[in-house]
Amino acid sequence: MTKLNSKIPSGPLAEKWTKYKDTANLVNPANKKKLDVIVVGTGLAGASAASSLGELGYQVKNFCYQDSSRRAHSVAAQGGINAAKNYRNDGDSIYHLFYDMIKGGDYRAREANVYRAAQVSNDVIDHFTAIGVPFARDYGGNLDNRSFGGVQVSRTFYAKGLTGQQCLLGTYSSLNRQINKGMVTMYPRQEMLDLVVIDGKARGIITRNLITGEIERHSAHAVVLATGGYGTIYYLSTLAVNSNPSAAWKAHKKGAYFANPSFVQIHPTSIPQLNDFQAKLTLMSESLRNDGRIWVPKAKGDKRHANTIPNEERDYFLERRYPAFGNLVPRDVASRAAKERCDAGYGVSDTGLAVNLDFRDAIQKQGKKAIESKYGNLFEMYETITGTSPYDEPMRIYPAGHYTMGGLWVDYELMTTVPGLYAIGESNFSDHGANRLGASSLMQTSGDGYFILPYTIANYLSDEIRTPRISTDLKEFEEAEKEVMNQLEKLISIKGTKSATSFHRKLGKIMWDYCGMSRNEEGLNKARVMVKKLKEDFYKDLMVPGGLNELNQELEKAGRVADYFDVADLMITDALNRTESCGAHFREESQTEEGEAKRNDADFMYVAAWEYNSSKQIHQLHKEDLKYEEVEVKVRSYK
Amino acid sequence: MRVKLKIWRQKDANSKGAFVNYDFDGASPEMSFLEMLDALNTRLIEKGEDPIAFDSDCREGICGACGMYINGYPHGPVKGITTCHLSMRYFKDGQNIVVEPWRSKAFPVIRDLIVDRNSFDKIQVAGGFISTNVGSAPDSHAIPVIKEKSDHSFDSAICIGCGACVAACKNASAMLFVSAKVSQYAQIPQGKIEAKERVEAMIQKMDELGFGNCTNTGACEAQCPKEISVINIARMNREFYVAKIS
Ligand SMILES: Cc1cc2nc3c(=O)[nH]c(=O)nc-3n(C[C@H](O)[C@H](O)[C@H](O)COP(=O)(O)OP(=O)(O)OC[C@H]3O[C@@H](n4cnc5c(N)ncnc54)[C@H](O)[C@@H]3O)c2cc1C
Ligand code: FES
Repeated sequence: MTKLNSKIPSGPLAEKWTKYKDTANLVNPANKKKLDVIVVGTGLAGASAASSLGELGYQVKNFCYQDSSRRAHSVAAQGGINAAKNYRNDGDSIYHLFYDMIKGGDYRAREANVYRAAQVSNDVIDHFTAIGVPFARDYGGNLDNRSFGGVQVSRTFYAKGLTGQQCLLGTYSSLNRQINKGMVTMYPRQEMLDLVVIDGKARGIITRNLITGEIERHSAHAVVLATGGYGTIYYLSTLAVNSNPSAAWKAHKKGAYFANPSFVQIHPTSIPQLNDFQAKLTLMSESLRNDGRIWVPKAKGDKRHANTIPNEERDYFLERRYPAFGNLVPRDVASRAAKERCDAGYGVSDTGLAVNLDFRDAIQKQGKKAIESKYGNLFEMYETITGTSPYDEPMRIYPAGHYTMGGLWVDYELMTTVPGLYAIGESNFSDHGANRLGASSLMQTSGDGYFILPYTIANYLSDEIRTPRISTDLKEFEEAEKEVMNQLEKLISIKGTKSATSFHRKLGKIMWDYCGMSRNEEGLNKARVMVKKLKEDFYKDLMVPGGLNELNQELEKAGRVADYFDVADLMITDALNRTESCGAHFREESQTEEGEAKRNDADFMYVAAWEYNSSKQIHQLHKEDLKYEEVEVKVRSYK
Repeated sequence: MRVKLKIWRQKDANSKGAFVNYDFDGASPEMSFLEMLDALNTRLIEKGEDPIAFDSDCREGICGACGMYINGYPHGPVKGITTCHLSMRYFKDGQNIVVEPWRSKAFPVIRDLIVDRNSFDKIQVAGGFISTNVGSAPDSHAIPVIKEKSDHSFDSAICIGCGACVAACKNASAMLFVSAKVSQYAQIPQGKIEAKERVEAMIQKMDELGFGNCTNTGACEAQCPKEISVINIARMNREFYVAKIS
C-alpha cells in the first residue's frame, strides 16, 4: 500500500510557502527550452498555467475540446473572485480568508494548501489588473468590492455578472501572447482520451482530433491536468453541456488517486427544470440572495399566484431556521433547506420543485432603479429563459449540481500520485474541503496556474533536464493508443437503439435522487445496483451513428458517458464509506435533532483517496489524516 | 408544437452541402431552440441516422460556441441573445424555420452547422494582449483608472467571439470583433504602451485572413448578441490613424 505523502513543508503555517520556494529546485533558462510540458485544459487553471510556463521558457502544448481556448467553462462564472486585499479596511486578512475557507469547507481541507491559496490571492488580482481585466471600480478609480457568499467582509472583486468571462479572457490574452512568441502550441478541438505513463512517470497523452477523428500521440516531460469539474454527473447542472470527468478518470485508471469523489456542491439558486429535453440548468448568481428573500407558501400545495399570497401565509424558511444568517447561509445549507420544503410538499410551480426568490421588498425599499443597477443583467437573463420578469413576480429557483470539491488527489506541490502528473483548478480535490465558498474557485484556479504550479513543477523538472525529448514511438504510447482505439470501436459497433444522452439523463436522475443533496445507505446501495444495470444496458443498446474518422459528436458523448458510470460508482462508494455528514455531503443517518448536518471528527477527519485496482476492478481506500494546527475545529453553525 | 425545418447538411469541408427538410412535431414553448434540435437529433440517432452537428457548450449565452443563421438572422430573430438563449416561445406552431451555418470565406464549414472560427483566435494571437509577465504586476491600486473609462473598457470586453458580426456583414468584415479588443485596451492606462503595435498587428492579420472591409452598414452591431457598439470601430480607426502618423 502506497503511503500518501502530502509533502507539507514544516514550520509555521504562514511561512510554509516561502520556505518551500526558498528550498525548491530551479531550472535554468537554457534547460527550460529543452523541457516539454503538456497542459490539458484552457480554463482559468489551464490557461494561466500554460501561459506562465510559456513565459518561463518551457515548451508548452495546450489542449482543449472546444474550438477555441476562450470557451472553457470558467467563462461562465458570474459573481466574483476573492482576495485578501483588505481594500475596504474592514478587517480582512490572509488569515481571515483562510479561516473562512476552512470553516466553510467544514474542516475537511488541508490547512497548508488553503493558507497558500489565500496568500497568493492578492497576486492574482494584481496580475489580472495589470493585464487589463476590467474589474468594477469606484469613482476614485480604485477597484470595488462586494460581499459574497455570506462572509463578514467585502473581499470579492467582480466585473458586473461576468467575472469569469473577464478573468478567462485575461488569461486567454496571456496565452495568446505566448502562442505568438512560439512558446505555447495550442491544440483546440482535441480530446485527451488517455494518459501515457512510462517507468512510473507521466510522459504524454493520447488525444482524438475531434474534426478528423485521428488519434494522436503527444509526449512531454510532465503533464498537467486542468480539466475542470464533473458536476455533469447529474446530467442537468450549471456546467457546460460538454464538461466531463474523462481526462481525470483516465488518469485515475493509470494510477492517480481520486479524492473525496462524493463531495459535490449543489448550488441553491438555479432556474428550475422547465422541460424534459432540457440540456442544462442556468445559474442565477448567489449575489441575488443579498436582496432577494426565499419563501414557499405556508400551506401545502398552495397553487395561488405568488403575488396574491399575503405575508402571513408565506414561510421565509431560511430566515426562520437561520435567524443569524437568514437568506445568506452557505450554499449547502440553503440547498438542503429548499429541498426539505419541496420534499415536504410545499414547493411551487407545476412540478413542485421550486421555491420563490422574491425581490418585492427590496424593490419597495430601494426602488426599482437600485435593484436594476445591481441585478439588471441577471433579471434580463431570467426573463429571456422563463418569459417572466423578476421585477413583477418572484423568481423561481431550485438547487442544481454546480461544483465538485472532489477530484484528483494532489500533494502540496499539486502533484498527483503519478510522478510528473499534476492536477490544478477544479480537477483536483482542491482547497475547498467538503463545501466551497462563493468566489473562491476563480481565486484558486488562477492561483494554482499562475503562482503555484510554475514553482512546484520546476522542482520536479529540475531532475528531468537530462531526459531527452520523449519519443512517441515507445511501446507505452502504442499500447495506450490501441486501448483507446479498442474502446472507440467497441462503442461504435454496439449499434443499438438509444443515444448516449438518453443514458446520461437516466444516470443523472439516479445520482441526483440517491447521491445528490441528501444520501442514505439504503438509497446508495440501490443506486449502485441501478448504475450497474444501466451500464450493462449501455453496452448492449447504445447507438452511435457515423464513423470513427470524422467529426462525430455522438462518439464523443458516448466515450464520456462510459466513464460517467465508473465515476458514479466511485462517488457512491465514497458516499457510503463516509457515514458522517459534512459540508455538502449530507448523510441522513448523521444529523442533529433539528435536521442539521452532524460531523464525526473522531472517525472521518481525513481525505478519502481512492486507488483504482485494475485487476480487481475495485477501489482501495487510502486515508490522509487532516491535522488542524492553526484553527480550532468547531461545529459549523449559522443559526 | 410542430415546426417545419430546413437545415443545411454538409458532411465535411470538402463535400457539397444541401438543405434537408425535417417536419418536427414535438417542440414545446419552454424548450430552447437548441433543445429542439437536440430532440430532433435524438430521433435521428434512434433511427441510426447522422445527427445534425452544431457547436454549443455553456448553453447560457457566454462561451460563444453556438451560432447559426436562423430565418435569415445570426442567432435568430430575437435581438441581443445567442442561439442557445433563443426560446421556442418565439416561434409559431407550424412555422417554417431555415437553419444555416455562418457564411463567410474566413469561417469555412467543418460539418453541417459547425464552422471553423480559428481565424478569430489568430487575430487575437497577433496582438490582443498586454505584455505583462506573471509576477511583475504592481499593487492593483498603483494603477487607478477613471471609472467611466473602466466601464467603457468593460463594455468592449464582453465580446464572446461567436462570429455573428462577420456572419451578419455583407462584406464579412471582422471590424466589430477586432475593434472591441482594441477598444478595451485603448481606454485604460495598462493598454496604452503597446497601443500602436497592437492595432497594426491585429488589423494586418485580419486583412491577411480574408475578412472584408467595413462599409458602415451597422449590421454587425444590430446582430451582435452582446450588442457591442460600432463606436468601437470608430475608436479603432482613430487608434489606427494615430499609429500610422506617429
Ligand atoms: C455557472 C457557474 C458560475 C460560477 N461562478 C463562480 C464565481 O462567481 N466565482 C468563483 O470563484 N467560481 C465560480 N464558479 C466555479 C468556477 O467557475 C470553476 O470552478 C472554475 O472556473 C473551473 O476552472 P478550471 O480551469 O478548473 O476548469 P474549466 O474552466 O472548466 O476548464 C476545463 C478545461 O478543460 C478542457 N478539457 C476537459 N476535458 C478535456 C479533455 N478530455 N481533453 C481536452 N481538454 C479537456 C476543457 O476544454 C476546458 O478548456 C462557477 C461555476 C459555474 C458552472
Ligand atoms: S452555447 Fe455558449 S454561448 Fe451559446
